[in-house]
Amino acid sequence: MTTTMPAPATRARRFRLTGERALFTYTWLVIAWLVAPILIMIAFGFNNPKGRYNQTWQGFTVKWYAKLFEIGDLTSALVISLVIAVISSLLAGALGTGIGYALGRYRFRGAEGVNLIMFATMSSPELIMGISLLTLFVSAGVGLGAVTITIAHVMFSISFVSTVVRARVITLDRSIEEAAADLGAGPWTTFWKVTFPIILPAVFSGVMLAFALSIDDFVVTNFTAGTTVTFPLWIWGATRVGLPPQVNVMGTLIFAAGVLIAVITNLRSRSKARRG
Amino acid sequence: MTTSPPHHAVTARSAGGERTGHPAIQFAGVRKQYLSHGEAVPAVKSLDLSIAQGEFFSLLGPSGCGKTTTMRMIAGFEAPTTGRVFLDGKDVTGVAANKRDVNMVFQSYALFPHLNVLQNVSFGLERKKVGKAEIRRRVGEILEIVSLTGMEKRHPREMSGGQQQRVALARALVNHPRALLLDEPLGALDLKLRQQMQIELKRIQREVGITFVYVTHDQGEALTMSDRIAVMNAGLIEQLGTPREIYEKPATRFVAGFIGTSNIVDGRVSRVENGWAVLDVGPGERIVAPVPGSVRAGQGIEVSVRPEKIGLHRTAPLQAAGSVLAGTVTEVVYHGTSTNYTVATSAGSDFVVFDQNAHDAEDVASRGERVFLTWAPQHSYPIGV
Repeated sequence: MTTTMPAPATRARRFRLTGERALFTYTWLVIAWLVAPILIMIAFGFNNPKGRYNQTWQGFTVKWYAKLFEIGDLTSALVISLVIAVISSLLAGALGTGIGYALGRYRFRGAEGVNLIMFATMSSPELIMGISLLTLFVSAGVGLGAVTITIAHVMFSISFVSTVVRARVITLDRSIEEAAADLGAGPWTTFWKVTFPIILPAVFSGVMLAFALSIDDFVVTNFTAGTTVTFPLWIWGATRVGLPPQVNVMGTLIFAAGVLIAVITNLRSRSKARRG
Repeated sequence: MTTSPPHHAVTARSAGGERTGHPAIQFAGVRKQYLSHGEAVPAVKSLDLSIAQGEFFSLLGPSGCGKTTTMRMIAGFEAPTTGRVFLDGKDVTGVAANKRDVNMVFQSYALFPHLNVLQNVSFGLERKKVGKAEIRRRVGEILEIVSLTGMEKRHPREMSGGQQQRVALARALVNHPRALLLDEPLGALDLKLRQQMQIELKRIQREVGITFVYVTHDQGEALTMSDRIAVMNAGLIEQLGTPREIYEKPATRFVAGFIGTSNIVDGRVSRVENGWAVLDVGPGERIVAPVPGSVRAGQGIEVSVRPEKIGLHRTAPLQAAGSVLAGTVTEVVYHGTSTNYTVATSAGSDFVVFDQNAHDAEDVASRGERVFLTWAPQHSYPIGV
């Protein structure tokens, strides 16, 4: 440290402080912007509205948590959504892992085409996907319901899973699988004992992504549901007559579950890194 | 082209290797080409080679010479385009990698990152359905050989490069393979560790008595460890022999240049006297080299001589029997154990001379000085005649 030239040093520090303050403010503004809707959703789960509209703050209560499953239609809609999300994310996980592995590992005829289709399904507007699926199901004579919703969800989730898995497989050292073969493992054993455990984190994030996409999908579901009512469809229908606070509570719980999973994965990978 | 048919192969001198009478590894008329943009690119042009039981055999050459492809054909990761590959006398040309009794140490080690040392090393034995107690015994034994006892529960990412290298070695050796294939295994280590591992590898090979096939582009490594070396270039074996043969008697200009430092002179034979060719360079300057009977006066010839065989003098030698060249010193580099001189000669090429710093506290000559180079007749080596 030198004290021979104090004036410019102080000016520089003042400038740096202003810059830091600006960055600090900006950061918190962005965070607030991202979190505000979630906080409002959570808060209105504790509201005590007099009428049927849960839109103005009228007092604190926790009674909606106790009465969570009191609206039968809402509860069954949530159950249907959860079941569809679990089944479709697992199916998309299995199929997408296969596609992602093939795209990441092998060079084959049509690989480019498959890759293109994967990105196309991710970027195509949901509205168009919904209409075309509806046309497909109707012209094939398939009755609309939970099954068609599941098929539709698997269809648009696969590309997300396969993209995540492909990215992991590309960076996977090829010789690790060769080492397994060299040590006497056939292709099946090599995949399950070596490849799959290594790419599992990517498969897991793919499945989580598929789950998140499925549980709150509205547009595609609306076209393929028939008379089946899922959680987002029920909410859409209820908005015209006023949303019960139970919806906020359910949203809060789904959000909390997501945060919990994220925290657990983060802690696990951090403890792994610390061991390393 | 130097090749060695199976019945001429160096006989087994292994301690534990089983003597079956067959070479451990044999290539018969093997050619391998890859398709690149619809065009066939040869990686190995023609390969007839047999590696004896218990031998430490090196495939040495620059990158792209076909050495790695050759090794991968032994492992079963590549199939030859034509020709057959034999392991222990059995034709394994179409046999998958996981059904071959050889193991490999990969350049990147390729350890399983999700398994600890114990699980990594047990992997091969588990595939062979070896009993739990037997696995424990053999893994313990091999970890002791590679000095990793006590590290069983560590994961690869918790270990240094040298330690990972030993895990890779143990994971392969624990299976008692017919041959161990090593693909530039020391490439990622620093110099000190590399030299230490060279000695270590040689010791381990003696201890387990398994055939080692070692792929490297480092001539020093190959010379230090190998029983025999195949020097490869552009998909062909340029020379096959012991480290001494390859160093002292390079068969081609490529080998002379790739292994160590060589001074190579292009010249015309002035006369042949009792198996010695004399190339007159100038008044009092000549090169003498041993040549086969087929060489005649007037023939063009390449002669190589190693830098450490050459003597450097300030005065013209009197009545020397061997080669004499005059020149001017253009560079003097002090290396501790030796001083290296570069001398511009009248033979047309610059000569490199290594002068051992055994007695002299001072350099023999300095830059710009006129000097005479001499070497014994038997230290000249004609290339490709």
